[in-house]
Amino acid sequence: MNIPYTVERREDTGLYNAKLGVWLFLASEVMLFGALFSSYILLRVGADAGTWPRHWLDYKLGAINTIILIISSVTNVIAWANLKMGYFGKYRFYQALTMVLAIAFLAIKSTEYYGKFHHYTIALKDGRIADGHIQKDETTADKVVIEGWWRTNEAEVMDPPANVEEKKIEIESKEIADMQNYGPARNNFAGLYFTMTGLHVLHIIGGVLVIFAIWGPLNGMWKTDPERYVNRVEVAGLFWSFVDLVWLFIFPTFYLL
Amino acid sequence: MQPDTHAESHTHDAHHEDPGFWRGYIFSTDHKVVGIQYAITALLFLFFGLCLMLMMRWQLAHPGHGIPLVGKLLSQLLGEDMANKEGVISPDLYNAFGAMHGTIMVFLAIVPLLTGAFGNYVMPLQIGAPDMAFPRLNMMSYQFYFFGGVIMFTSFFVPGGAAKSGWTSYSPLATVNDLVHRPNGQTFWLLGMVFLITSSLLGSVNIISTIIQLRAKGLTWMRLPFFVWAQLVTAFLLLLAFPPLEAAGCLQLMDNAFGTSFFLPTGLVVSGRALHVAGGGSPLLWQHLFWFLAHPEVYVLILPAMGIVAEVIANNTRKPLWGYKSKVYASLTLGFLSFVVWAHHMYLTGMGIRIATFFQTTTMMISIPSVIILTALLISLWGASIRFNTPMLFAIGFLPMFGIGGLTGLPLGFNASDLQLHDSYYVIGHFHYVVAPGTIFGIFAGIYYWYPKATGRMMNEYWGKVHFALSMIFMNFIFMPMFLQGLAGMSRRMYDGGLTYAAQGGVAGLSPFIIELNKVISYAAFGLALAQIPFIINFFWSISHGKKVTSDNPWDSTTLEWQTPTPPGHGNFDKPIEVFRGPYEYGVPGNAREFLPQNDPDKPQPSIHEHPVHG
Repeated sequence: MNIPYTVERREDTGLYNAKLGVWLFLASEVMLFGALFSSYILLRVGADAGTWPRHWLDYKLGAINTIILIISSVTNVIAWANLKMGYFGKYRFYQALTMVLAIAFLAIKSTEYYGKFHHYTIALKDGRIADGHIQKDETTADKVVIEGWWRTNEAEVMDPPANVEEKKIEIESKEIADMQNYGPARNNFAGLYFTMTGLHVLHIIGGVLVIFAIWGPLNGMWKTDPERYVNRVEVAGLFWSFVDLVWLFIFPTFYLL
Repeated sequence: MQPDTHAESHTHDAHHEDPGFWRGYIFSTDHKVVGIQYAITALLFLFFGLCLMLMMRWQLAHPGHGIPLVGKLLSQLLGEDMANKEGVISPDLYNAFGAMHGTIMVFLAIVPLLTGAFGNYVMPLQIGAPDMAFPRLNMMSYQFYFFGGVIMFTSFFVPGGAAKSGWTSYSPLATVNDLVHRPNGQTFWLLGMVFLITSSLLGSVNIISTIIQLRAKGLTWMRLPFFVWAQLVTAFLLLLAFPPLEAAGCLQLMDNAFGTSFFLPTGLVVSGRALHVAGGGSPLLWQHLFWFLAHPEVYVLILPAMGIVAEVIANNTRKPLWGYKSKVYASLTLGFLSFVVWAHHMYLTGMGIRIATFFQTTTMMISIPSVIILTALLISLWGASIRFNTPMLFAIGFLPMFGIGGLTGLPLGFNASDLQLHDSYYVIGHFHYVVAPGTIFGIFAGIYYWYPKATGRMMNEYWGKVHFALSMIFMNFIFMPMFLQGLAGMSRRMYDGGLTYAAQGGVAGLSPFIIELNKVISYAAFGLALAQIPFIINFFWSISHGKKVTSDNPWDSTTLEWQTPTPPGHGNFDKPIEVFRGPYEYGVPGNAREFLPQNDPDKPQPSIHEHPVHG
């Protein structure tokens, strides 16, 4: 049994099934991320003065990742266009580039995550506040070693001054009143950052897996059913462009605003 | 390629292809098998949800007395902190049963029956399609649903018990009411919901794509059976309303498992101690995100049932549905408006009077399309020589029951009257009238109506009528007294059935009459459970012993699902299907026969609706 319009277009809609399906799926994705951005707005507007941090994220890394994803969208479209014209080799090359760029994005993202989980704010019993990246190999049960700065008050933690040089700080464990990293539990900014970028990362991973599956293990279809194969590449590309688009909203929301 | 060419090719497959047990029944991609899988699983959950409620009803009628038969079993299964040795359930277990009753009934029973079972089985047949647009996604949709159900069911046995913060899982309660166990029942609830939402996403993408892409030749939009329209609008609601709940679920899961505080406000004190979280969260945010799904969900619960009822009524009144086009436009309007009424569940949250006024206005507006649909169904009965078979009895029963459910909703939609009624038994009575004798009657009508198509045999009429009559009586004895209890101010979440307040006397007290009603309701609930026995036996007995159908179209119906072999083989249609007329050409003057199926080429007419029919 064959399902009609898996490959060819239906006349009145001008679409094959999968293309309609993926657009519907993307509509639902818009609602998913829309709800998360709405939550961001509601929580930020409702936050007490001085509790919403600024300049916690490195906008340079964010900008590099933005450029990487935009280029990956372009290579993805070039790959599809080449395939549509019958150049299978060029398609393979450009789609490989797409995947390399996606992996570069994930690599940068994971260093950012790593940094945040190792970044601590330490409140001392005498009221001083230290803030910086923990040095695992020098830290022992008795003392904590960080590369960072002394902060004069909580406001300075929430909006750290730029261009202050890092220095090594050693704190004895018994002096510490409270110690908290920049993980999701820190505050709602950090929580939203990890939830939304985390969900986005899952989308990136899913997208790369699909693109890879079509590119590698499933590419026998290029010989048996080329038209359907091109459609698959197109549909996966639509999803990929959407994932990039989501990042174009995430980047300014968290890194710049 | 036109659909007709495959119809021919598939008949060959049907003869040569034997998929075997696993591919044929368990991992089948055939929409009919998936539909039946959905139907059986969801009916089991429907029964399970009823059993949870029976145990709660026993506790309400006889607080402090052990539940007969199962009470001691609960004590052994779930531990003595959940149910003591005499079989009395604890307040925690009562709350867990309440939360899980709601969750199971809505997400695991009713919606899967309407969209998963009927949507899968009937809709592709009605549009003349060989299968769903994405058969493999369809199979996955069932599998996600199944695992979601398994996770929900397992949650009863995790330390601390199942989720117990209501089916609404309001934060901060849902996050803080079990701080001891991590992961706890709430974690399981959230994970289960993620599976169910994924299942619903795959299902709704499939249903919309199928209706848009796979309609048979000549089946224009205004020739679609009303059931298909209902499925289309429903699928859009599921597609667009569920993701915000998924977002909310992710955020609450972060609160639950990773210590964030999206829904936990600053300065929260639990059991006399300040909660050690960052704070700054918003409980209102959860409610907005939750009800953004859960109000459209109400229309997901009712629209397909209206679709089933419309099919059964058209078939058994033997005349075209009255106001077909109005009903189509009304359901589209209903779908759109259902996205802008959600905060009428939140009048008492302090979100502000201006917002409440807005949502009060939209809520009053949405009653208009509902009334149009119901009125059109009612007028369809006018002057008909009605065949009172079992599906028709359930369909007719649906009309006044849904009417009561809908009309009692109006005082809840008004800000001022809702102040008194909010969170009382009145609310329970209201929405159960919509869903229990409303939607569930629609489901029963559908089961009795389409059963011969799926099995080739009729269900027993006599026991079907017994099932209907008893269900009708007991349903009303259950839900009607709840209005009285609610008006008297009885809260919906009382473990002891309001005894605490009965002792108080005065304005705050509940009269002995109101408390006694608990017993009436509970006994009626037990009666309702017994009334399902004829149905259950009838359902299974008729598979092998029911009266065999003598034709593929035992109800003399016009729609396409009856133009298939019985039961339909893989690929559905034996011959190419082309549609020449509207869906309900019953008794149309000038037609050669009493009814003309949609694919009957005899004297093709553009549309029945351009030929008004009298009598």
